[in-house]
Amino acid sequence: MARPERLFQIGIQRFGLGAGPASRARLGPDIRAALLDEIRPEHALIRGEGLPTTARGIQIVTQIEDKRRMERAAKRQVAQQGPDSPAMGESAPGARAADPPTNPPPAMPDPEGVRLRDVLLVDVKARIDHGLAAPAGFAERWVLFWSNHFCIALRRGPFVQALAGPYEREAIRPHVFGRFVDLLVAVETHPAMLHYLDQRQSIGPNSPAGQRRQRGLNENLAREILELHTLGVGGGYAQADVTAFARALTGWSITGFEENIDGYGAFVFAPNRHEPGPQEVLGRIYRQEGQEKGLAILRDLARHPSTARFLATKLARHFVADSPPPALVDALEAEFRKTDGDLAALARVLLTHPASFQASPAKIRTPYEFLLASLRATEAPADRVPALANALNLMGQPLWNPPGPNGFPDDEASLVAPKAMKTRLEFALQMARPLGGRFDPRDLAEAVLGEGLSAETRQAVARAETRPQGLALLLMAPEFQRR
Amino acid sequence: MDARYCEALPLSRRGLLGAGLSFFAWAHMPKIASAAGTRDPRFLTVILRGAMDGLSAVAPVADPDYAALREGMALTRDGETAGLPLDGFFVLHPAMKTFARLYAEKKALVVHATASPYRERSHFDGQDVLESGLPGVGRVETGWLNRALLALPKGEKLPKLGALGVGVSTPLVLRGAAPVMGWAPQRLAETNDDLARRVLDLYTHRDPALARALKAGLTADDLARGGAAMPAGGGNPGMMARAATGAARLMMKEEGPRVAVLSFDGWDTHANQGGVRGRLADLLGGLDGAFAAFEREFGEAWKETAILVITEFGRTARINGTEGSDHGTATVAFLAGGAVRGGRILADWPGLKAPQLHEGRDLRSTTDLRAVIKGVLAGHLGLSPAGLGETIFPGSGLVKPVPDLVV
Repeated sequence: MARPERLFQIGIQRFGLGAGPASRARLGPDIRAALLDEIRPEHALIRGEGLPTTARGIQIVTQIEDKRRMERAAKRQVAQQGPDSPAMGESAPGARAADPPTNPPPAMPDPEGVRLRDVLLVDVKARIDHGLAAPAGFAERWVLFWSNHFCIALRRGPFVQALAGPYEREAIRPHVFGRFVDLLVAVETHPAMLHYLDQRQSIGPNSPAGQRRQRGLNENLAREILELHTLGVGGGYAQADVTAFARALTGWSITGFEENIDGYGAFVFAPNRHEPGPQEVLGRIYRQEGQEKGLAILRDLARHPSTARFLATKLARHFVADSPPPALVDALEAEFRKTDGDLAALARVLLTHPASFQASPAKIRTPYEFLLASLRATEAPADRVPALANALNLMGQPLWNPPGPNGFPDDEASLVAPKAMKTRLEFALQMARPLGGRFDPRDLAEAVLGEGLSAETRQAVARAETRPQGLALLLMAPEFQRR
Repeated sequence: MDARYCEALPLSRRGLLGAGLSFFAWAHMPKIASAAGTRDPRFLTVILRGAMDGLSAVAPVADPDYAALREGMALTRDGETAGLPLDGFFVLHPAMKTFARLYAEKKALVVHATASPYRERSHFDGQDVLESGLPGVGRVETGWLNRALLALPKGEKLPKLGALGVGVSTPLVLRGAAPVMGWAPQRLAETNDDLARRVLDLYTHRDPALARALKAGLTADDLARGGAAMPAGGGNPGMMARAATGAARLMMKEEGPRVAVLSFDGWDTHANQGGVRGRLADLLGGLDGAFAAFEREFGEAWKETAILVITEFGRTARINGTEGSDHGTATVAFLAGGAVRGGRILADWPGLKAPQLHEGRDLRSTTDLRAVIKGVLAGHLGLSPAGLGETIFPGSGLVKPVPDLVV
């Protein structure tokens, strides 16, 4: 077993968000105890004044979309009536009855002047600040893992943009140290996920709505739950299971949108879209009524042996190595099965297993981890959030915007790419230029990397031409980039 | 969908690289009427970070030991490796044509074999001593130029207008209670090949996988720029003239600062320093471009301008095994501008034989750089000798200002 100081370095980087100059004094010599101490639900929560709720997010995006719809309708009307049209708002004789709305009011200003970008940036700042304030950062790293596991993507449109922050705060954070089944249900019933994976549009072909509208099933959510969220791609399901699960999920929707139900932002079960009848998934027949059918399937998926294996492997791969130690994967899998998916128990196994603290770092920090580690190391405030968000874009992992529902990769082959490394260098320089004069980078290197500081890096930092260059070299050093 | 996201977060490449590069502290600048006919001097300090090789910039071609120490990169009086003529003993690097002309016009001078009181070889500590004005290493929060501004009579125009720091952070020499504004040309932070080279070097020794990726990224970047396949070395020669132009324009504004500090990086030429052409030649050419930009932009005010160019220390007298030079001691300082009594080289030449070298390796310092700075501050800005020896350069009472540097 490595000496305590070496252990500190491994622990704070592999399972935390990285050290600042004061971390050693603040956390004490036993890094494992400090990490374990963060396995408490309150460490995963972000409570901030002015952060929107899911309901508020939906309200904002609905208002913005209503306004756009009205503006489009108003434009169409002007175009039809020609330049000498009467004041907008009067009923246009030639307007087709199908144009919604048939009698548009004058172009309204945005009701509250809210811009989605600003809504999003408030949440980005809260998230970064939370990471900077964390003692060691294990709880936040644990949240980041689950948030990426259950990712949504801003590229899906304004609806997801308005809900990305509330989704993570309300569906993910409260459950990461609870039971996996509760996390799974919270995620799959959240409006952001229902929208992102097209569940809102899914209609049972034999439901009243399906028969009337000639529309049907959308399998997207059902497939991704099986493939990405629970069993994993080799987890033992077939196309018939996907289809049956998708039928069971029909009717899962969101209030205040298609359903025209008063109030915003809640999961709602719409019986008139639900495919009637029992469904067979993974050899078991589900005869429950309404939304209970889908929930019963989710609960069984959450405790399926394939799920235990899939999550154990993914966790070990994310935190420890692209080819994770088999003993660690086995231990995590056994714990998951023994505790019926107790995520706090799983975190304890991860932090106490001997294989977790293997000496040589095998992973590279993700762009977000690198960004937070850089800010923590230099004690820099997150006061230029758009620039930080843009840095993440350029380093290849735009916040809450992965290329697909499988989330961002965290393996070496994906992250150690030419453009990405070049951008890390530019980011390090950008960080160091205004800050560099404040530090002696030689002292900071010792304080932040401790015994992890190699002789080569120590020399490179000491020989830097300027303080900012020395700081940039520290941020780019292999022992800072890797964990 | 993507278009909508772009609308939601319109963050560009420029956003990352350009963020923070703007005015950042135009500190309570009073409005002052200009009095016609009174003196209105400009003073600029240019710090060459990384330790400029004085023996390459101003080569002692008549010293019998010079050519052997600088084998393969030595300048000569004539021929293909000829420098620009100065006084017969020294030649100027051929990349510095503007400075040579200013020298001929008696608007530029060179101080050779000069150094700050610092005698170790760390860039950080060396720059601290150079900028703090202290006799030795010791972290302080204020620099000699800021303290000099505070020491000027309160009612005068120059201290009221404050000082300009070019770059994203205020250099130590300018830190202190006197008002300082910051400005940086947009592209200042964009390129830094020297950092890239150092990181790549570290990766090559420590982490081949990171080295391969970064090298490929840098190569792609260079190809896109149409440049060489690999970063040749430090600094950004073109940036120097841009920074000089921008600084001069701000200093020409009616209520703009009259004192400025510019920092140019990239002078740490441990390898492939080059001779008539090469890495150091490019840097010296960039510096020369800054002199040209100052002269052009200051126009009528040029005659009241003095530009002092200093570096934290010099480099080894003998070239090393990688066609470069390592950290040394004494070097040159340049002084140029319409207010300068130029056409001279101030040098008490110590010689280059082994016993004459500091610790057997470096050009020995025979002129305390503080004496040069004091001379400029006294002659150009009118600071009193008492203040210069106490608050501005503490404990330097015995270091007398060099007289008659400026008109």
